[in-house]
Amino acid sequence: MIGSFLISIVSGAIHSGTPLLYATLAEAVGERAGIVNLGLEGVMLMGAVVGFTTTVQTGNPALGVLAGALAGGLFNMVFGFLVITRRANQLASGLALMFCGVGLSALVGASFIGSRIQGLNEIQIPFLSTIPFIGRAFFNYDILVYLVVPTAVLVWWVLFRTRWGLSLRAVGENPTAAFAAGKNPHRLQYQALFIAGILGGIAGAHLSLAIAKTWAEWMTAGRGFIAVALVIFSKWHPLRAIAGALLFGGAISLQLQMQARECRSRPFCSTCFLTF
Amino acid sequence: MGRVDKATAGIDLFRNKRVASLIRFSGLFGLALSVFAVVLLVFGKNPIRAYVDIFSATLGSSYGFSEVLVKMIPLALTALAVAIPSRIWLINVGGEGQLFIGALFATWGAINFTNLPAWLFLPWISILGFLGGGLWASISGFLRAKGWASETISTLLMNYVAILLVNFFVFGPWKDPESANYPQSIPFPDAAILPSFFGSRVHLGAVLAIVGLILFHFVLSRTRWGLEMRAIGINQEAARRNGISTYRYIIILMFIGGGMAGLAGMGEVSAIHGQLRPSLSPGLGYTGFLISWMAMGNPLGIVAAAFLISVITAGGDILQMTHRIPGAAVHILMALVLFVVLARRVGKVRGK
Repeated sequence: MIGSFLISIVSGAIHSGTPLLYATLAEAVGERAGIVNLGLEGVMLMGAVVGFTTTVQTGNPALGVLAGALAGGLFNMVFGFLVITRRANQLASGLALMFCGVGLSALVGASFIGSRIQGLNEIQIPFLSTIPFIGRAFFNYDILVYLVVPTAVLVWWVLFRTRWGLSLRAVGENPTAAFAAGKNPHRLQYQALFIAGILGGIAGAHLSLAIAKTWAEWMTAGRGFIAVALVIFSKWHPLRAIAGALLFGGAISLQLQMQARECRSRPFCSTCFLTF
Repeated sequence: MGRVDKATAGIDLFRNKRVASLIRFSGLFGLALSVFAVVLLVFGKNPIRAYVDIFSATLGSSYGFSEVLVKMIPLALTALAVAIPSRIWLINVGGEGQLFIGALFATWGAINFTNLPAWLFLPWISILGFLGGGLWASISGFLRAKGWASETISTLLMNYVAILLVNFFVFGPWKDPESANYPQSIPFPDAAILPSFFGSRVHLGAVLAIVGLILFHFVLSRTRWGLEMRAIGINQEAARRNGISTYRYIIILMFIGGGMAGLAGMGEVSAIHGQLRPSLSPGLGYTGFLISWMAMGNPLGIVAAAFLISVITAGGDILQMTHRIPGAAVHILMALVLFVVLARRVGKVRGK
């Protein structure tokens, strides 16, 4: 009894934590380049709706994920144009981008409300998934769940172990100094925002293709903002973000599993304090 | 002679800063309108009919106009919540959470003191709403004044805590036993519902918003506090060395700002919904932030920007009803207006 309860909590945490982690990585890449993106919510919604409509029309969820990722990346370029080229206020631009994403995704998805899809299939890892308890809790997910931790490691490796990542962080810390060192801050920031958009798009696509398997207006329900909090919680570090996303995912899954509503606000409160 | 006068008057008119900015803004608004028209065309809708319907239904009828005013009330208040702390460069992104806590406090007062007469009830829940939003914001203010946390981040994060708190109460202890499935509090007693004017839904919150805007303008331009606030805004260190307590100003301005958002929440929960619901606010706090930003914290500008945004959001309801376009689609138009303003205002704010 307790065992199966724990397993549903753990698998729920992994499921709900996955889009959070993709979104957190997206925000982290942007913030490392010195750009706070409050519009991640809109980017995720665009990824969700484009991923979903593509899947409905082609019947191929893999194509849906690709389209969602691309849509997120392109949509984030609008934000890039505002804050990089036009040097607009980041917070206001981000919120405007969020509203734009909410509206545009509602318009795109309007005729797809109620459509059902197969969605991303669970891939059972041979042998491992048959282990009692653990198999169900850890080896029975869709492809995006398996890929999320490697993605986090990849983001960490790119940011901290490559020349490009070093330049990006330099731009984030001090664009003028980076410029003097021969970097092109604008180009690096655009690249960072495009990658962030792709990750945000994947986060949204995972929501609509693997978790909900349907489309609803504003289905991200604030996960974009939670990602902003998670980035701070994880101190702008992709690997620490894994733990943070799991914790928040666990809170969401606990909320779904238990009627004890008090449990919900606690992790959120603690983030507030931990950020300081 | 007369003709020359007219011509120079025209030029003077154009040189007048306000008129020039009005003309420029109309141009930007036109640009946003045409981009949104293209978006509608792409989705196979008729943009001209959509616009005609939006504007005739919001500005063309007294009912539609009153609905625009109804939407303006919380937006003006949440914009004030941002504008007041922004005078000393505090960035309050927490209007949403402060609004929810204001509504929460007001609900507590309304459902626990059901016997109060109306003349006592209204100030009572107003004070509670103000206090709720204010205290919530002053937590961030305190952390900022102590230098422990950036108010931008803490206000943003506390939005979530606030919404979850409200959810906790409406799903848990305050859940209306009569409603089986909907998470909502019991309805407010009649005496606790803000009175409306002229048979429309425009409620007493409008008066609060107007008083707030006038007071804001008056305090800023006519009082010692306004002067000190400006001093802090221009150079915090210099102000501090001149004996102005920046510490106190940070907390107090956050408190008043949050209180404004709390009043918005009180107005929404009492006059519009009549009971506490988690769907209380479709991002009113964030919209207020954008309005204050568009208006650059100017009280008249807040009224103008709130009016514009309210026309657009009220138009969303019309589109949904008559054109089978999702109501949220007007968020695109709102965002486009902001995009053009954001992209246009280069170097003016940053000075770079």
